[in-house]
Amino acid sequence: MKTIHVHYFAAFRDQAGRDEETVTTAARDPAALYAELQAAHSLGLGADRLKVAVNDEFAAWDRPLQDGDRIVFIPPVAGG
Amino acid sequence: MIEFDLTRDAIDTEAWRRRLLDPHCGGYAAFEGWIRDHNEGQQVRRLEYEVYETLARTEGQKILAEAVERFGVNGAACVHRHGSLELGDVAVWIGVSAAHRDEAFKACRYIIDEIKVRLPIWKKEHYVSGDSGWVNCERCATHGHRHDDIAEGATETADVER
Repeated sequence: MKTIHVHYFAAFRDQAGRDEETVTTAARDPAALYAELQAAHSLGLGADRLKVAVNDEFAAWDRPLQDGDRIVFIPPVAGG
Repeated sequence: MIEFDLTRDAIDTEAWRRRLLDPHCGGYAAFEGWIRDHNEGQQVRRLEYEVYETLARTEGQKILAEAVERFGVNGAACVHRHGSLELGDVAVWIGVSAAHRDEAFKACRYIIDEIKVRLPIWKKEHYVSGDSGWVNCERCATHGHRHDDIAEGATETADVER
């Protein structure tokens, strides 16, 4: 099991009802972790509509998670 | 000068323009994104921008570097606001200086287009009606009691400005 820090922004923060949480998970990669948290917090978008950042850099969905990683799931952006 | 910044304060566009002045440059192009009073048929009262600051700063700087590399301009700068904004406020400012106008226009266009799709910034609109909503994220929350969600289609409404 790994300890992962997850941060939420914008619509996902509203939906999850928190800015961040620390989860203990067996998820191998961000895709598996998202599936767990999507179910836990009723996040409404599939991973195909999101990007993911690991330790403040955009990352691939199948990048292996390391103990202590900081993850942000990035819903569709709306800057400008 | 290549510089990206994020700020909660009003953007001093004139001060930023002056920083791009360069005797090697014969042209300057700028873009300002303003807070407008309507979107998707709703009357907008004010906006809130939320930013994932660390990633937005590295991605913003990367977009500017790409513009300089791609179009050969001398200077490129961009400032994006976050926090609470009122109608008419400048939400984003972009300035580019170059030897000639053509590359200045092109680089400026490139930067705003990339900012809109790549920068981790989100916009919550507060409407005159009292409602509010995250733009481009109508389906970020699931509604278990509604069974017509999928039938309605997965199409996300595009930002009308695009």
